[in-house]
Amino acid sequence: MSTLANPSRTDRWFKPLLVFDVIAGLAMVTVMWAGLLYAGDAVNLAGEEQAAQRIFYFHIGSNIAALLGFLGSVVGSIGYLFSRRMVWDRWAAASVEIGTIFGILVLLSGSIWAKPAWNTYWTWDPRLTTATITVLIYIAYMLFRNGFDHAQTRARFASVYAIFAFLSVPLTYYSARLFRSIHPIVFDGGNEEAQGSFAIGPTMGQTLTIATIGFALLFFALLFHRVRQFDAEARIEALRERFDE
Amino acid sequence: MNYDPDTCIIWRVRIVIPTEERARGCCRALAGGLVWGPHAMMTELSGAEGVTHREGGIGAYLRHVWAVAEKDVRAEMRSKEVVGTMAAYSVLSAVVFGLAFDLRVPRAELVAPGILWVIVLFAGVLGLHRSFGSEVDRGTLAGLLLAPVERSAIYLGKVAANLLYFLIVEALVVPALLILFDVNLVKPIVLLGLLLGTIGYVGVGTLVAALTSRNRARETLLPVLLLPVLAPLFISGVGLTSVIVDGRADAEAWPWLGIIGLYDALVFAVAFLLVDVVWENS
Repeated sequence: MSTLANPSRTDRWFKPLLVFDVIAGLAMVTVMWAGLLYAGDAVNLAGEEQAAQRIFYFHIGSNIAALLGFLGSVVGSIGYLFSRRMVWDRWAAASVEIGTIFGILVLLSGSIWAKPAWNTYWTWDPRLTTATITVLIYIAYMLFRNGFDHAQTRARFASVYAIFAFLSVPLTYYSARLFRSIHPIVFDGGNEEAQGSFAIGPTMGQTLTIATIGFALLFFALLFHRVRQFDAEARIEALRERFDE
Repeated sequence: MNYDPDTCIIWRVRIVIPTEERARGCCRALAGGLVWGPHAMMTELSGAEGVTHREGGIGAYLRHVWAVAEKDVRAEMRSKEVVGTMAAYSVLSAVVFGLAFDLRVPRAELVAPGILWVIVLFAGVLGLHRSFGSEVDRGTLAGLLLAPVERSAIYLGKVAANLLYFLIVEALVVPALLILFDVNLVKPIVLLGLLLGTIGYVGVGTLVAALTSRNRARETLLPVLLLPVLAPLFISGVGLTSVIVDGRADAEAWPWLGIIGLYDALVFAVAFLLVDVVWENS
């Protein structure tokens, strides 16, 4: 609440964030360059499949960012329940929002790749199932948050839901995997693990590292902005209440 | 029964209530807004008499759970709004699935496991949202929470009552599927999986229902929140039922039961820890 004491104070996070944005932007340019130009072709693939393979860097990068969002939601929720400080809740909510965007990108990029590689946009592979369920949980979480008027109640209830969601996701993965491994393979090429896989060469490995770092930086840049927005929102709300009195 | 009408101990704080009328109001709130005669009130309280000390070990705790569950079941026996709706909806869904898949699916065994669990999943949501919805509508939730018992006992009491409703409905669905699809689901492992799955479902469902009861969009939001969290239970339930319906070796069903059991254990452990958070300062 120190921000409330002096509302006219200039935002000390403005400049560091600006620098961070520029770094994240440059990192993303590097990711695009490395993914599209620098990385070598997958030697064991040909034609359309070889071109589609380059979406892999984008896919894994988004996946890292979505994973960070998911972890952030749990850390923020547990942090809130222990400390009861609203700032933790804002981190959790911002993580979910940014994580959802990347989660949807993971699903989209995966589907685009899967059509040439697996000859289908979608299959109920354990990873696909888990990713979809996780994105749906994220969306439910955001809808849930919308329906509360009281900030503390919202933070408490959203935290409880986020912890439950976190627990169910690994179990979803294991049950989906068990479902697949026992289930008969229905069509030729039903064994996803064998389809469209490729050997990773040196340039490809480097590109993967660049993509991971680049997307992580982008995630944090967006996250910091969203948290700052939440902070500003809370401050406006508090000032309005003070004004009404 | 050591009930003193002039005092009522609420949540560790001894409050002296001046008139007998006030005490009666307090008890009425405890009884969930039902209309009780003075005698019935006393009986209700005697079920929760250890409460006045907030001690008394596991026996007293179980009595509190029982008191809440009994209150819910008694209210349900009078209003019949939950089980009746769930049962009608379940049978209706079975008929709709029958119409949808008739002539399109070569063998009903292929879809029966999925149909069973979809019906349980969707019918359950109907019942769960009334569990706290009716309390909120009548304004009796605050009264229930004022009862000097552990919050987890209230939660477990609600779970017990909901579990009973679910089991009654499932006892109707399984024969309905036998008649409509000619698929016999009355096999020990399927029933065990159904029981364990229902326990986990009710455990998580009751908590999420408590969460949504304070939300503006509670009726519409409950399924959206609940269904993705129930994914492991649903997948395992369908997997387990398929193993038995396909006539494969029983041993293949054990991993599924393991996942369901693990889910149940996790849900109750976490719900037990978090239920105080849900109802604090309310």
